[in-house]
Amino acid sequence: MAKQTSFFTSISRLYPHVRPILPRLVMGLLSALLASLMALAIPQVLRVLVNESLKPGGSAEAVWTASLVILLLGIAEAGLVALRRQFVINPATTVETRMRVSLYGHLQDLTVSFHDRWGSGQLLSRAMTDLNFLRRWMAFGAIMLVVTTLTVVIGVAVMFSMSWQLALIFLAAAVPIMIYGFRFRTRFSKVARRSQDQAGDLATTVEESVHGIRVLKAFGRSQEALENFNEQAQELRQTEIAKAKHLATFSLVVTLLPELALGAGLVVGIMLASTDQLSIGSLVAFFATAAVVAAPVEFCGMLLAMALTAKSAVDRHFEVMDARNTITSPDKPRRPAELKGALSFHDASFAFEDAPDKPILKNISLDIRPGETMALVGITGSGKSALLQLVPRLYEVTGGAITIDGVDLREFSVEDLRTVVAVAFEDTTLFSSSVRDNVLLGAPDAGPADSRDAALEEALDVAQAHFAYSLPDGVDTLIGEEGLSLSGGQRQRIALARAIAAKPAVLVLDDPLSALDVNTEVLVEARLREVLADTTTLIVAHRPSTVALADRVALLEDGRITAVGTHTELLATNSHYRYVIASLDTEPRDLDSELSAFEDRSEEISR
Amino acid sequence: MSSATFGTANEDNAHLTRTESKAVRRRSLALLGSLIRPVRARFWLTIGAVVLSQAARVAGPALIAFGIDHALPALRAGNSLPLAFAGVAYLAAAAATAGLTALYVTSTARLSQAMLLDLRVRVFRHTQRLSLEFHEKYTSGRIIARQTSDLEALRELLDSGVSSLASGLLFMAFTAITVFALDWRTGVLVLAAGVPMYFLARWYQKHSQIAFRESRVVSARLIVHFVETMTGIRAVKAFRKERENAARYAELSEDYRRATVRSINLNGIFQPGLVLIGNVCVAVVLLTGGFRVLSGELAVGVLLALILSTKRFFQPVDQMAMFYNSFQSAQAALEKVSGLLEEIPTVRPPQTPVALPYARGSIDFNGVEFRYGDGPVIIPRLDLHIPAGQTVALVGQTGAGKSTLAKLIARFYDVSAGSVTLDGVDLRQLTTEDLRRNVVMVTQEAFLFSGSVADNIALGRPEASREEIEDAARAVGAHAFITELPDGYDTDVNKRGGRVSAGQRQLISFARAFLARPAVLILDEATSSLDIPSERMVQQGLAGLLRGTREAGTRDTNPAGTHGAGRTALIIAHRLSTVETADRVLVVHDGRVVEDGTPGQLIGDGGAFARLHGAWKDSLV
Repeated sequence: MAKQTSFFTSISRLYPHVRPILPRLVMGLLSALLASLMALAIPQVLRVLVNESLKPGGSAEAVWTASLVILLLGIAEAGLVALRRQFVINPATTVETRMRVSLYGHLQDLTVSFHDRWGSGQLLSRAMTDLNFLRRWMAFGAIMLVVTTLTVVIGVAVMFSMSWQLALIFLAAAVPIMIYGFRFRTRFSKVARRSQDQAGDLATTVEESVHGIRVLKAFGRSQEALENFNEQAQELRQTEIAKAKHLATFSLVVTLLPELALGAGLVVGIMLASTDQLSIGSLVAFFATAAVVAAPVEFCGMLLAMALTAKSAVDRHFEVMDARNTITSPDKPRRPAELKGALSFHDASFAFEDAPDKPILKNISLDIRPGETMALVGITGSGKSALLQLVPRLYEVTGGAITIDGVDLREFSVEDLRTVVAVAFEDTTLFSSSVRDNVLLGAPDAGPADSRDAALEEALDVAQAHFAYSLPDGVDTLIGEEGLSLSGGQRQRIALARAIAAKPAVLVLDDPLSALDVNTEVLVEARLREVLADTTTLIVAHRPSTVALADRVALLEDGRITAVGTHTELLATNSHYRYVIASLDTEPRDLDSELSAFEDRSEEISR
Repeated sequence: MSSATFGTANEDNAHLTRTESKAVRRRSLALLGSLIRPVRARFWLTIGAVVLSQAARVAGPALIAFGIDHALPALRAGNSLPLAFAGVAYLAAAAATAGLTALYVTSTARLSQAMLLDLRVRVFRHTQRLSLEFHEKYTSGRIIARQTSDLEALRELLDSGVSSLASGLLFMAFTAITVFALDWRTGVLVLAAGVPMYFLARWYQKHSQIAFRESRVVSARLIVHFVETMTGIRAVKAFRKERENAARYAELSEDYRRATVRSINLNGIFQPGLVLIGNVCVAVVLLTGGFRVLSGELAVGVLLALILSTKRFFQPVDQMAMFYNSFQSAQAALEKVSGLLEEIPTVRPPQTPVALPYARGSIDFNGVEFRYGDGPVIIPRLDLHIPAGQTVALVGQTGAGKSTLAKLIARFYDVSAGSVTLDGVDLRQLTTEDLRRNVVMVTQEAFLFSGSVADNIALGRPEASREEIEDAARAVGAHAFITELPDGYDTDVNKRGGRVSAGQRQLISFARAFLARPAVLILDEATSSLDIPSERMVQQGLAGLLRGTREAGTRDTNPAGTHGAGRTALIIAHRLSTVETADRVLVVHDGRVVEDGTPGQLIGDGGAFARLHGAWKDSLV
């Protein structure tokens, strides 16, 4: 996953984002440079002013001018510091925000199978921590890196002008630093990357521990979850400390070597001066400059670490941005001349990307006529849910084709397809908004408000979700994660209402009545039958009661359609179908003698 | 204490009143203090390393001066000893500086990582302790925001702050002493600069506090939205919510950007402001000093030294501003985190627990009344006895209160009045371990954690062997499909069980419960996603488990579990197939038990259950 790329290859990928703000970054850089020059200049100016114009008995005017000059320089320095921020902050945060929004947009586009693989904590750490860090690096780290490098280069040049021998000694220290810096780069990059990944995993663990809180509580496993989390957090801590150790060693080298060179320089310089090969003035000036250069040299360890962290943040960002969305709209989307809703599977197969040799669905051929309701029956794991998700192209067929009214799904624009097809999943996802917004999510936008209200009313009625009206704020009650929590049955009915309100040509329902009690189920079915009259429907069914909604039934066995027919036909002819759907009455009696006793009694009573 | 800001209430408000603001700040500082306390030794060690490395750094220029002033003349006079001393001492100082720098870099990391680990684990443990009631209101995204971006703010403070603050303060103190030693009047002038700096800092604190609070609130919102989108991505796609989401996210991102820019801009005034005050002070020193030089009161050299020292005195102000900035940011973050930690779990472990290692499984409701918080009464006064080993089915319409009853037995909630007892012991007197060993609840929502299938089953009893795990899976009929998976029991279930169907997930969660072998098993709509053959398998397994026979019985490590009466079970199911096998049926309506008897009796009575039963019979045709 983490392939090593060179620093500049990675950072250069920022270029398109940074290009529009480049002038401002350069201005910021110039301000920073000027500010540090100003800071350097003030002491020199002071020296000159004090030495030249201030003498006992001198003119008061000179004092005023000197103070004024210093004041102006001081104001200029502060101004430049402020200016650097002014130049950089807005553009840098804009780039950050743009990258964040484009990451989010890209993630929404990426396929469901991508999201199956990636924990949301990992994605979140990319969207928040990584981009925050990049912004700070762009606004501060990168600029300071340039300023520091320039300061060092200029400083060394000045040192050369004073004494080439001493400068050479000083420069000699640079060679091992460079060599070590190289090693530091590879090592530090690796740990930096690992710590970012671990932080992402930790966020994923937090997310799971909260989403799975009921299970953890039900089994009293909070302690184990905590231990697991603790272990992961410890690992992250170890990585962070390892990172700090690398940085510490590098700072050690970067601090020590120039100082050692200066120590040697001191001895050599004094020896040179003693033989008058070097003036004392130059010696003093050399060390004064060396003192100025030493601080930025030390600082560069931190800046380098920042740059390397930024690099791996960029890598992580583009790792996701480079993931291709394989389910896209064609260049020239088509749609059937007349949308009737004939859904056909032509020899369709499906396997998950990472297990191509274990197809989930094999050679599915099935024709569902416009307006027909087809039930899909099969044991758990036979591939029913996968088959349903192929219809709105949440997953893509790996062989064969699926068509609606003769047009291949892949020829539709994705958005159009998902307008034509509506789904209700078994595990219902409600969004944090009102009941109204949740139900009307897929409903056609056009039309006056009252027609939308009518659609809402009808959908809630069909799904027997009248409870929505008695919520605290009626249909405007906020539900979903951020709102009122509903029971499983209530959620399922809202999700069903949502699919119905979309008024699709093709409706795909994954066991939509599983959480409903028998009475409600009967009511929903009665209403559904009316609504589904003109809608092509594919419905996963586990119970005879749900099958009763369907005109025909397709039996899915181990990824293949093994029989298609009416419920009665299949019951009569297909033993597997009987096995899957037949009621529990035919179960072996040895299990519960109470049951048979009870059956007898109830028969007596009904007589 | 203003109750308005207690815990996570009012968390989204950035504009607090004075007293509220004070309260949350105090709470935030207290948290910071409690994080530092356990690592105070290392804290002082870090400070010490910083101080010493600064001192070693100062030694360098002094040695150079010594070299030029003394060693050079000495060398010219033929004495090379001072030069050797200067050289060796310089190298020693360099080595000390470098070593101490490396020490404080690692020491800072150890310090900050220890504190972060402490806080992470504290927050995690606390969120696990908090009751479901809390989790239903406080979304996962918020907890993630607390655990990620809020902790990140603290980390920034710890990583950069400590060393710069210590070295800065020290440096300023030294320089101030030098200035005073040279000329007390200038010293007073320098100190006088502290007055405008104080007011500037006050101004900054007041405004940045609001800005940082806003930034915390907005970033939490951004994270909540992000997490919601990513966990619900299938529904997002199926209903084409992408565009609406993108617009919303862009809006939130822009809010976040604005909040960030606002806080940075405040710092953009604060920091140059401090630099400016420093520079003005230098000019004033020059002015006043200059006149004294003119009148001959002050030597030029002294003035130069004074001005340079004054200039140097203000150098660390930059770093201090940065420290204060990250301090403000971390404090705002800790305000939120401490609020979460302040939340009191409504379901608390007992002070003086009663040990009940192996319960028989008799359950009693004694005058139980229940309501959520101050809400309407859900269960009005209930008395009920469930003897050990009985299988009880709870029947009733959605919202009748069946799940609530079940959750009371599992102690997801505490009763508002009366008590629920297990073997005569109030549930509130049981330790969490005892309670969870004896009572297990399987819900409709079968959540899988990332990890292998075996790991997920083992959640029921972590110490179970692989053989026991497989037996449990076999008992519920999950073994067949698990062995079909790419790596069998070691298959990674991926994110949220993406690869196994809803039915398979329910089977795995059943296997969990089987492995746990509790005295009391609660099934809340736990078979709803199963097809009929699977349900039949589960029922067979369930029958075996409840009677305490078959695999479940023979492998029972529970010494008291062999009492023969089997297990107590409470089953909520709208599929009456499960209900028919029960010893007893309770029909619940509006939180009351309206019918109570064996399935046969109730059908005979022709009440609500008989009607339900009839409807169900019809649905099977």
